[in-house]
Amino acid sequence: MKNLLSLALFLLIAVSTFGQDKVTLTVESWRNDDLAIWADQIIPAFEKKYPNIHVVFSPTPPAEYNGVLNSKLEGGTAGDLITARPFDASLALYQRGYLADLTTLPGMNNFSAVAKSAWVTDDGKHVFAVPMASVIHGFFYNKDIFKKLNLEVPQTKAEFMQVLEAVKKDGRYVPIAMGTADMWETATMGFQNIGPNNWKGEEGRQALLKGTAKFTDEPYIKTWEELASWAPYLPRGYQAVKYSDAQQLFTLGKAAIYPAGSWEIWLFEKDAAFDLGIFPPPVDRKGDTVYISDHTDIALGMNAATRHPDEAKKFLEWMTTSEFASLYSNAVAGFFTLSNHRITLKDPLANEFLSWRKTCKSTIRNSYQILSRGDQFGAPNLENDLWQVSAAVMNGTMTPEEAGKLVQDHLDKWYKPAK
Amino acid sequence: MKKAGKENRSDPGTGKCRLYFTRDYFRKKSRGLGKHLLLIFFSVLALFPIALIFMNSFKQKKFIFAHPFALPNAKTFSLVGYHTVIERSNLFVNFENSIIVTTVSLFFILLFGSMAAYALSGYRFKGNSFFTFYLAIGIMIPIRLGTASLLKLMSSLGLVNTLTGLILIYIAQGLPLTIFILSNFMAQIPGELKDAGRIDGASEYRIYWLVLPLVRPALGAIGIFTMVPIWNDLWFPLIIAPSAKTATITLGVQQFLGQFVSDWNAVLSALVMAVVPILLLYLFFSRQMIKSVTSGALKA
Amino acid sequence: MCNRRDFLVFNPRTTRKFPFFLVVFLAPAVICYTLFMIYPLIESLRMSFFSTTPENKTVFAGIANYVKLLTDSDLAPRFWGALRNNFVFFIIHMLVQNPIGLLLASLLVSKGKGRSIYRTLLYMPNVLSVVIIGFIWQLILNPLWGVSESILRFVGLGKFFQPWLGLPEYALPTIALISVWQFIGIPMLLFYTALIGIPKEFIEASLVDGCTERQVFWRIKFPLMLPTVGIVSILTFVGNFNAFDLIYTMKGASAGPAYSTDIMGTLFYRTFFGQQLQLGNPNMGATVASMMFLIILFGVLLYTFAFQRRVKNYQL
Repeated sequence: MKNLLSLALFLLIAVSTFGQDKVTLTVESWRNDDLAIWADQIIPAFEKKYPNIHVVFSPTPPAEYNGVLNSKLEGGTAGDLITARPFDASLALYQRGYLADLTTLPGMNNFSAVAKSAWVTDDGKHVFAVPMASVIHGFFYNKDIFKKLNLEVPQTKAEFMQVLEAVKKDGRYVPIAMGTADMWETATMGFQNIGPNNWKGEEGRQALLKGTAKFTDEPYIKTWEELASWAPYLPRGYQAVKYSDAQQLFTLGKAAIYPAGSWEIWLFEKDAAFDLGIFPPPVDRKGDTVYISDHTDIALGMNAATRHPDEAKKFLEWMTTSEFASLYSNAVAGFFTLSNHRITLKDPLANEFLSWRKTCKSTIRNSYQILSRGDQFGAPNLENDLWQVSAAVMNGTMTPEEAGKLVQDHLDKWYKPAK
Repeated sequence: MKKAGKENRSDPGTGKCRLYFTRDYFRKKSRGLGKHLLLIFFSVLALFPIALIFMNSFKQKKFIFAHPFALPNAKTFSLVGYHTVIERSNLFVNFENSIIVTTVSLFFILLFGSMAAYALSGYRFKGNSFFTFYLAIGIMIPIRLGTASLLKLMSSLGLVNTLTGLILIYIAQGLPLTIFILSNFMAQIPGELKDAGRIDGASEYRIYWLVLPLVRPALGAIGIFTMVPIWNDLWFPLIIAPSAKTATITLGVQQFLGQFVSDWNAVLSALVMAVVPILLLYLFFSRQMIKSVTSGALKA
Repeated sequence: MCNRRDFLVFNPRTTRKFPFFLVVFLAPAVICYTLFMIYPLIESLRMSFFSTTPENKTVFAGIANYVKLLTDSDLAPRFWGALRNNFVFFIIHMLVQNPIGLLLASLLVSKGKGRSIYRTLLYMPNVLSVVIIGFIWQLILNPLWGVSESILRFVGLGKFFQPWLGLPEYALPTIALISVWQFIGIPMLLFYTALIGIPKEFIEASLVDGCTERQVFWRIKFPLMLPTVGIVSILTFVGNFNAFDLIYTMKGASAGPAYSTDIMGTLFYRTFFGQQLQLGNPNMGATVASMMFLIILFGVLLYTFAFQRRVKNYQL
């Protein structure tokens, strides 16, 4: 009995004590695709400069990230550095005291006010994350398939549909690699990708914020109608096709077009054995202004409860340098630095995405700023609603009109724009 | 079975059965065959998904898609998935954590559980019914519903991201059913045995120690109903101890699958590596486990 | 357990001074269990009567959270939807898992070769983690790479293939059937235990009386197994209303498409921990947990008072 008890005691002690030599910082992120880049390039570069700090990149799949992160923060199990979504999601984390104030972090002046805008308080006084990158939405296409089938890169919506029809008729390839199982890609890579051309980018987004435009208006209904019209060109069983399935389908060369954004460049260039091309969202008539979603997407904040604030700040400070900007933008091609540093991008596709900024007008996703605050009682917010209805519209289980009404009804319930 | 029943001319109206000599040798034989076929069908159904994963984890990627049902051969064989898992994953640390959490939890569940069961089944005292009922509530009400406050409790005790936190929860979670099962077993132990001990002047603690080995047959049932859920739990590792250092195998695999979702070789290999240990353990102990369950541990 | 408790009630020596060694025996279990199980459950109940202001202050809210959960035009459909889906989930288990479990048990009980091999194989999925099972079945059912379509085509049913997991009308039954696949071993074992516990003399006597095997089963064995039927049902009920992992693994916390696979467990997770661009609300989460608690309690009480009592009368 005594022996057993002492064994038990020993086991408990053995379990609860860990050796600690070096400070370890854990980075929470939803970028599971970047695991290798962090492990092989970013972290070694940092650890070379700060040999007594060890950094671990610990991503959670995108669709689960926020839920898992929230639960970890709630329980105090979150990592030291937290990858922050733009606007309200992170603002709420800051307000609840989970994210530390980084306003005085040296190096913060390397970012413009616009770059910081997604991670500041409403009054603009406090910054709570170091902006990392923005991403640009658009379409990838398989150049080999286009050449084989003699297809032109579409500029207008009509041409886009003709291309889809031609690929479908040929029968060897799936016209669009996309599924609705994870739901977020229909909202993010569908709705927010092609929508800005309909609601005229910032103009439409600001109108929603002011309350002068509604989701039941023509531009939004039209966007859902266009999404619904893609359904016949999606892979078989697309209702159960997940994001990773669609990525794989495209990189295996089995699909012609993939609606996405610049963040896919790295993965696609690594995996695809064919020539990749990109084009911006098609417009109604040739010569119309193209509106692109150039989304301030990703930043890194510090867990207010971290046990190693000094080391965490050292990492964040390093992230404001041109060394990091250049390393990151080139390692993770398609994530464009938000800093003022002049860096050169080596990746041609990344440069092409970037060149759209000169010819097109930029906006951000319309559900991110203010409109997704919701009533904070656990009812679905605007972003969740957009996931649900966009997927349902593409699945054919909801009409665009029903989608608009549902989204607007939920919004009206709590959102009272200042008149 | 159905067919055979149809041909038996009984009288369902009156509910009386009469003797008919219709069940000849051949029908019996074919019915036996039918039973085997049904059992084989369900066994294959149970086995096939696991076998499929196992087979394909040893193939090159293109053959996984091209010939999913073919066994790996010299031409299609590949271990690339296992290389990825070993290089990129934390699965060995995860294994260690799972083994520590499961064995330590089980040890205390058995120790505390058998002590309580011994007291409840061996002595009549005021409050016996109360404690029996109180300790049985947990069989029906899942501990998960208290997650919110458990998390707060653990964080105020400084036990988040520790295996100790997980172990304490699992002990609390495992106790009700263990006490229930062990009480049933201990109640079957003849009282003379204990009385003989008492006449010899043994203390109550000593008698407990003598009784303990006699409940060994119950361990299988406890293994199935207590240990397996701990090993397989995703919820508490995800919420209480998600750090890389403390992640258990179930959480580790879940995260690995999320990160390597498009690397099929790695995914299949990780699944196999997570499945094999628990399957081996099960196959090794299954006879004992099932015997123990069916020996009346769960009789109400 | 019942027998022993009856024994205690009727024994005149029930009351006795509380000896110290009993404290030693009971304390570790009772303390650990109270601290890490009962206290969190009660604390969760308490949390559901409070709410948090935007300034992160906790104020007493009475039953406001419950009213909101059950009546709010955004929240109530999610609650009732999850409850309805959970009942569908439960009914599928009752209609598929338990009858098949009974069938397998009765097949295993008759003497035959390889019985223990069948038993071992049939119980096997039970020891695997839900994470692994969810992933394996997702691979099998995947419309792009999965093998389910080729299997169906092989048996000539290719045209019936559907992306089941992605269709609102099929997703929940599909996941329920996967869960049945995993847990079939439990009712099988419990029924098996009950069947081998029936005295052989009964069966032999009735066979001599000329009953067919089927009659023996329904008129003699089944009534004797009713207590086990009750236990299996209540275990299924508790298990199903506590389910989460499988749906979380296969469909994520959003439980799509269109909330068609949303059950109480996923609703609890979303309200408590939040989701995309949304923080969780611990008080509302505790409210959902308390509703689950009440539902499970209701089921258990119904079982104890309506079923267990009545069935006891049939016992020998």
